[in-house]
Amino acid sequence: MKLKKIIFIVYLFFFSCLQANEKKSELLEIYKNLRCLVCQGQSIADSNSDFAATIKLVVQDQIKEGKSKDEIYTFLTSKYGEWIVYQPTFNRNNFLLWTLPYAILVLGGFVIFFIVRKNKKQ
Amino acid sequence: MKINISRIIIFIFVIFFLLVFWRGLKKDNNYDTKSLIGNKISNFQLTEINNEDQYFSEEDLKKNKYTLINFFASWCAPCRTEHKFLIRLSNERKKIKIIGINFKDKKSNAINFLKELGNPYYFSGKDVDGKISILFGIYGIPESILVDNKLTIIKKIVGPIDRRQYEEILRLIQ
Repeated sequence: MKLKKIIFIVYLFFFSCLQANEKKSELLEIYKNLRCLVCQGQSIADSNSDFAATIKLVVQDQIKEGKSKDEIYTFLTSKYGEWIVYQPTFNRNNFLLWTLPYAILVLGGFVIFFIVRKNKKQ
Repeated sequence: MKINISRIIIFIFVIFFLLVFWRGLKKDNNYDTKSLIGNKISNFQLTEINNEDQYFSEEDLKKNKYTLINFFASWCAPCRTEHKFLIRLSNERKKIKIIGINFKDKKSNAINFLKELGNPYYFSGKDVDGKISILFGIYGIPESILVDNKLTIIKKIVGPIDRRQYEEILRLIQ
């Protein structure tokens, strides 16, 4: 009986540790995608500035409220504009930025295909 | 013919990249939150510096034709320089009301600051940990936001209010 209790406690301990780690890594992922607006090229994760500390508090609160990553980004974007997120959302202004690499990749594939086919024929 | 096609493609790419760089050079890269003008102020609740039981929310903003929301702190030197303009604006009570949000400050210091320089605010709220400032898109103080009774942001002033901005606020609330 005692052994069972001990196993149960150890299981609970490891489970809570695992959950805490998951939450920490989720927080870190969000911090890394947020730009510190008052710093030179630093993310919220890298900065110890007052602004970064406040944003961290707000993100922690929103995670506790059960908000998703995207909801947090949407909230902060509505307050600070899209500049606050490192990974911009897909919109009219940046559709080329998102689609051009794929278009070039596909185009490159076609070019290589036709060159190879032509060389084989020759 | 082949050469011509590849030349045209290269030419198009060169033009495209030149255009991208030209636009990039012309663009103002200094960050500010002025792009938020026209957006609405979202839900918030402030507690009075002196009285924990007194609150102020967006519903109270709707009662005023125009409200200037000013973020200040006793430790902020530029806040002192803009204070005289806030006092002058507070004399235009019929047209505009000013609320102050004391940012990451000690209560006693904030009270002394207002005693020393005068109190232009009809409500002085506190933002002890800075979380309220995030609701307003603030990233440094002093910052001021002019809103109308529909909670629309009309003007955002990043940094201290100077004579030019004071006159512009007066013009906007006419």
